Amino acid sequence: MSASTTTDAVWRHRTPLARLALWAGWLALVALSVWCWQLMTADTIWAFVADAPRQAADLGRRMIPPRWSYLDQLWLPLWDTLNIATLGTLTGVVLAVPVAFLAARNTTPSVLFVRPVALFIIVASRSINSLIWALLLVSIIGPGILAGIVAIGLRSIGFVAKLLYEAIEETDVVQIEAITATGASRAQVLDYGIVPQVLPAFAGISVFRWDINIRESTILGLVGAGGIGVQLQASLNTLAWPQVTLIFIVILASVVISEWVSAKVRHAII
Amino acid sequence: MTVDARAANWRRPPIFIQRRWLRWVLGIAAVLYLAAAISTVEVNWTRVAEGLERGWRFVQGFLTPDFVTRWRDISQGLLESLTMTLTSTVAGVLLSIPIGVGAARNLAPAPVYFVCRTIVAVSRSLQEIIIAILFVAMFGFGPFAGFLTLSFATIGFLAKLLAEAIEDIDETQAEAVRSTGASWLQLVNYGVQPQVMPRLVGLCLYRLDINFRESAVIGIVGAGGIGATLNTAIDRYEFDSAGAILLIIIVIVMAAEYTSGLVRRAFS
Repeated sequence: MSASTTTDAVWRHRTPLARLALWAGWLALVALSVWCWQLMTADTIWAFVADAPRQAADLGRRMIPPRWSYLDQLWLPLWDTLNIATLGTLTGVVLAVPVAFLAARNTTPSVLFVRPVALFIIVASRSINSLIWALLLVSIIGPGILAGIVAIGLRSIGFVAKLLYEAIEETDVVQIEAITATGASRAQVLDYGIVPQVLPAFAGISVFRWDINIRESTILGLVGAGGIGVQLQASLNTLAWPQVTLIFIVILASVVISEWVSAKVRHAII
Repeated sequence: MTVDARAANWRRPPIFIQRRWLRWVLGIAAVLYLAAAISTVEVNWTRVAEGLERGWRFVQGFLTPDFVTRWRDISQGLLESLTMTLTSTVAGVLLSIPIGVGAARNLAPAPVYFVCRTIVAVSRSLQEIIIAILFVAMFGFGPFAGFLTLSFATIGFLAKLLAEAIEDIDETQAEAVRSTGASWLQLVNYGVQPQVMPRLVGLCLYRLDINFRESAVIGIVGAGGIGATLNTAIDRYEFDSAGAILLIIIVIVMAAEYTSGLVRRAFS
């Protein structure tokens, strides 16, 4: 008996080279983080940061108690917010459906030309936040609810289309073949073979996006695109902190309620 | 009834709501709501008509982006955004690992579980923009407030999903480690960590991506980053610079998604 019984051979999870690579990787990550930290805080005024606890206490004293009487003026903006989210979701969903069918590998007319364009639309819409869309649209079509609706709609396209085209690509081929075998046209295959399979997923995605859109439309007013955010911006500008607190409470409540509604509806659908 | 007649009378059964009257009621309610909602939308058509010309200029700006004129501002904003993204993700991950372990029902005792779940709930229910407004008020303008905002938002996201991943682990493996007489730390290190590591890496990369996208937004309320630059460019109607910034954001998000896909495949 030779090597196999030597007592100093201890089992290790990784080979020496792998351990070295792992160690180097962690070192690089730490070094990069420290370097980024230094770059980022180069212009930070530390006196302000040190002062933050006092500022926070001061802010807390100003914000509490919330000004409850202001609630009367918030119902209309809240109704606007709901409308922005709902109409925006509808716009986004209507625009997302064709994009999704063009992006899905099994329904796109051309993998080489049409699919990349559809995918680019999806990425562009997804990577730009609705607040930035709103910023652009307010400067193009002016402040108001319409800018908010279009911003929410444009942002929703990417989200809905991405999840929908993944659902389309996962459809069961057997059912589609069965419909094709009856001599159905392309449109009929779509209508009877694919649509029934993705419809529950589609409804779930739309409701989910509506819930996110409620959350996002509460702040669109910060850049002038309507809803309760307009009141928030006005209160912030006049340093009316008790009103700000109340608006935060209202936003929080509407987010919680919309989340609850969307969870209920999705549970009922799926 | 002959087969032909039956075929002619066949109607596709509804997928969602089986009861006919409920379908009607919901349909009518939806139409009424839509009418009410659309009537609240006030559109100033003359303003829109003026705006269309500006919109066309934006499309042109997007197609012929100008990276050069404002390059100093753009590169400064971009640097802030990127450094803010990385540092806040690292800090957020470091904070959310203990909180995530604490928020897992199968590892933490009840009081710890309750405290950690509360932290997660608070962090998740406040939006980044609102946190940014508060942090800017406390810490002053600049990327440091943005860093704090994104770190705080990362906790809610990552700790919740990590806790769910830990709750979903294969209990037999943890049981095996426990039966060797391992301490709690050894249990976490040998029984839990190997099972959740691939998912944790994936979530961290996903959050890195989200944090970059958010860093482009919180600049609007003064928390530094490319969002502030973008806001200025749009306020000045410099649509070609704005187009350049948007293109940079899109390209970075695409690159981040692609590389995170590669890394996730390497880890799983």
